[in-house]
Amino acid sequence: MSVDVATVKRIAHLARIAVTEEEAAALQGELNTILDWVEQLGEVDVADVEPMTSVVATTMRKRRDEVTDGGRATDVTANAPETEDGYFIVPKVVE
Amino acid sequence: MDAVTDLTRLTIAEAREGLDKKSFSARELTQAYLQAMEAARDLNAYIVETPERALQMAEASDRRIAEGTAGPLEGIPLGIKDLFCTEGVHSQAASHILDGFEPRYESTVTSNLWRDGAVMLGKLNMDEFAMGSSNETSYYGPVKNPWRSKESNADLVPGGSSGGSASAVAAFLCAGATATDTGGSIRQPAAFTGTVGIKPTYGRCSRWGIVAFASSLDQAGPIARSVKDAAILMNSMASVDPKDTTSVDVPVPDYTEEIGLSLKGMKIGLPKEYRLDGMPEEIERKWAEGAAWLKDAGAEIVDISLPHTKYALPAYYIVAPAEASSNLARYDGVRYGLRVDGEDIAGMYENTRSAGFGAEVKRRILIGTYVLSAGYYDAYYLKAQKVRTLIKRDFEQAFEAGVDAILTPATPSAAFGLGSMATASPVEMYLNDIFTVTVNMAGLPGIAVPAGLNASGLPLGLQLIGRPFDESTLFRAGQVIEDAAGRVSPEAWWKVA
Repeated sequence: MSVDVATVKRIAHLARIAVTEEEAAALQGELNTILDWVEQLGEVDVADVEPMTSVVATTMRKRRDEVTDGGRATDVTANAPETEDGYFIVPKVVE
Repeated sequence: MDAVTDLTRLTIAEAREGLDKKSFSARELTQAYLQAMEAARDLNAYIVETPERALQMAEASDRRIAEGTAGPLEGIPLGIKDLFCTEGVHSQAASHILDGFEPRYESTVTSNLWRDGAVMLGKLNMDEFAMGSSNETSYYGPVKNPWRSKESNADLVPGGSSGGSASAVAAFLCAGATATDTGGSIRQPAAFTGTVGIKPTYGRCSRWGIVAFASSLDQAGPIARSVKDAAILMNSMASVDPKDTTSVDVPVPDYTEEIGLSLKGMKIGLPKEYRLDGMPEEIERKWAEGAAWLKDAGAEIVDISLPHTKYALPAYYIVAPAEASSNLARYDGVRYGLRVDGEDIAGMYENTRSAGFGAEVKRRILIGTYVLSAGYYDAYYLKAQKVRTLIKRDFEQAFEAGVDAILTPATPSAAFGLGSMATASPVEMYLNDIFTVTVNMAGLPGIAVPAGLNASGLPLGLQLIGRPFDESTLFRAGQVIEDAAGRVSPEAWWKVA
């Protein structure tokens, strides 16, 4: 499978990365090189093979459903580009 | 060489002994490293130096040594890869998008090191978000390898993504360093710089507080100047952590107990699929030499087959970008780091991520987004995860047949020139990890140990792969390679008086 420029732009929009026309053209070539190369996986017979879900055989650890941390709004927002009174500030979303 | 710089030449084991005997203080040891770091800024191994914090920590170590309450790493100065969150200190994964990020918490691995008395010298350079094999994708510029070829003064890459860690350890700018490995990012730079690097079993070191790249593959581990030093660091870095649900509840043994033990009765496998067409003869020869060293130490050498080896790298370049595209979705200009305004909120996201991520990171996010997008999931991601099952099965069958560890080359070549891959396709750079990536795909432990120099005077490394949670065997066999090959260190051409 290979991608055209329109697909590159669509993926870039899905990934929320702005790309210029030149970048989209360059990325098309690079992505196709990578996609061509991974095509070789088509040679592998994976009938009746389970997909890996966990690399180490282990049961998922569970913990008690209790509060172990919290009440640290200032710490949470400390690194944000824009905050006010413990809230993150974003551009207007709803009119 | 004066007495002060001499202290940086000590191994961790030797430095600990000197500190306990009061031959020198932790402050003096830290000072020696801070001076070495200042004189070696040309290597660009450190992004941030933290001398004040280092001296405070060293003074606290001196007090604990005087009180007789010294920890196993008391007073040992370490460099920390920028991927680890360190409270109140630059932790930006060498990316522009995390500009100004100073976490309010400490990663579990670094907490373990400070608990045991280690001293932080600063944050080490790396490929952006650990994506790269040459440390040329860092927002903070490339790292130079302290090694140079005998034939030329041209700068070489230290490997990646833990290039700053490897360069700093090899150039005596820290006694040891933390690193991380998703496809070879500890072992490949260790091999390129003549240092020892181990990627532990998935789940052995907590991932809590480490910036995520590909969560099912990422593992932390040390880079050090000797196998024993790597074992000492692993003793502290490994733990069972309730904050990481993939941390596995297996007790941490004392890895240093393996150092010097015999290999009698041990079976070492040589996988025929690692013999590549066009592989440099020096790599092939070093591999055979390594097998001979292990045999001399009492091990039985057997040929084995890992038939799905060649599919590990292409499958990795589906799984890792897919996971990365999801993990890196959090960098949106809202909660931390860079923000670039746009017409509306989506425009702000797009502009922020366009300006904040470098070319390699964007490439991987886009590949990951594509393979996970509607209609392609089965053809790519699901298929890759099935191939991954087969890769792991190959290893399981070898271990079931009685093989204790597997010996391979660590890299397909010695360190290459800085900028020499600039016009190569992304896939050519990815091939650097051809011998290391299988280990991440199967979640196994792997160690890279220096095995001497090539004809140009550059280090070559060998890799040992072990059973899950059997890092001990890797330290044991790794020490045999170190004893046979000898430790290597570069000429200090980079020093500024």
